[in-house]
Amino acid sequence: MGTFKFNIAMPVAIIATALAALPAAAVDKKTALSADPAVVKAAVSATFKSAPPEWQAKLVQDETQAICSQYPNGLPDDLYQKVLAREAATIVLPADGNVLGDWKNGQKLSQRGTGGQFSDKADTPKGGNCYACHQLSPKELSYGSLGPSLLAYGKTKGYAPAEAIAAYGKIYNAQSAVPCSNMPRFGHSKFLSEQELKDLTAYLFDPESPVNK
Amino acid sequence: MMRLDRTAGWIIARLMGLALAVGVVAAAANSPAIADDAEKEIERYREMISDPMSNPGFLNVDRGEALWKLARGTKNVSLETCDVGEGAGKLEGAYAKLPRYFKDADKVMDLEQRLAWCMTTVQGLDTKDVFSRRFGAPGKTSDMEDLVLFIANKSSGQKLNLSLDHPKEKEMFVIGEAMFFQRGGQWDFSCATCHAEDGKRIRLQGLPNLSKVGKASQDTMGSWPTYRVSQSQGRTMQHRLWDCYRQMRWPQPDYQADGLTALTLYLNKNAEGGVLQVPSIKR
Repeated sequence: MGTFKFNIAMPVAIIATALAALPAAAVDKKTALSADPAVVKAAVSATFKSAPPEWQAKLVQDETQAICSQYPNGLPDDLYQKVLAREAATIVLPADGNVLGDWKNGQKLSQRGTGGQFSDKADTPKGGNCYACHQLSPKELSYGSLGPSLLAYGKTKGYAPAEAIAAYGKIYNAQSAVPCSNMPRFGHSKFLSEQELKDLTAYLFDPESPVNK
Repeated sequence: MMRLDRTAGWIIARLMGLALAVGVVAAAANSPAIADDAEKEIERYREMISDPMSNPGFLNVDRGEALWKLARGTKNVSLETCDVGEGAGKLEGAYAKLPRYFKDADKVMDLEQRLAWCMTTVQGLDTKDVFSRRFGAPGKTSDMEDLVLFIANKSSGQKLNLSLDHPKEKEMFVIGEAMFFQRGGQWDFSCATCHAEDGKRIRLQGLPNLSKVGKASQDTMGSWPTYRVSQSQGRTMQHRLWDCYRQMRWPQPDYQADGLTALTLYLNKNAEGGVLQVPSIKR
């Protein structure tokens, strides 16, 4: 049986504050969760202690994950600006400045929801799973609503090169535009390669792409 | 090569086609009728299969009842004196109050942790084999899944009603809440990524908001444990959380880890008043 020691000496005040929020449990806007981050970190580690070390390493939070975890209902302004700046600085554009790849491969990547799971094999194909959260091509009716619709994305932005670069940046690191965004930081995490990011950008910006038809 | 001699009919046909396309696109973009239709069909499907006589989860219930009464372990006794929260051997209504604090173990436990406790202390059973079959598969039954579906069924019709009276229960709620919002893994996902807003979908699958008390959380938590048609297995919250973490690109959680109990307590507390209808049946 897995057990782990909580910090028993948790300040009564913290518990009282937590109780005041119960049972509706709606966390106030822009206030931090009441849990002691160190206690939570220990709880999380203990929950995954039998996983292979390279998997446990994936749960070591970076600064942004940590602060977004503590403020689930929005960051106070100063922290918001800090995250925005930090995440924007991570973006690496292609050396030749060309952000448009092959939209047909981009389409495959947008549909594919495998890759990165502990049940996946080393050679399991991966994708961005874009349709899980977004509408993209008008022909694809099975789309999610966690993210905004991207219907006719390139067309509505006039296929402007600057917009394509901005879009590449968002796919590379969504938090460079929206701190604590629900969207994975596909380039920054190295989950998707530069070519794959270009292919996805092309899916949005190529006039021949179904997204723009 | 564009033709220059357009007929009026050609132009009208093109304009109608455009209007239709715009209409479909507008409908799809603004209020996805396809999603509403899908939701209605899924609801109709759920009603059709929600017949106890055709829910294979009741086979788990039958096996669970047999396991509850089976004498085994070094003490060669059954689980029938096990206290799952409402007193020794009392099962009615017990599942509706779990996870909860148990004085003899001095910790908050979910049902599976409690069953493991009883197997060890009451029966003197080595739980190694039971743990190795924690999740059923073709040709492999799970004692734990069977026992959970059996015991949960004894609370069917009752409302989820967890206590936070004990300090350790309060502590577990706070930890569970924090774990719910913990961003992690290569995709930065937390439970909240999918389950902290009303009315969202992943592809066409509706996502219940589990971060607050409401119909969505009550209906969802009131439907676990369940028989999952896509897996042909009875499944408990231990498996559901394992499956969530898998899709979140997190590592595999340890079976019966206290963090999972904290999360389950938080989720069930947010579903307070939800009526248990278990075992349910799901895709």
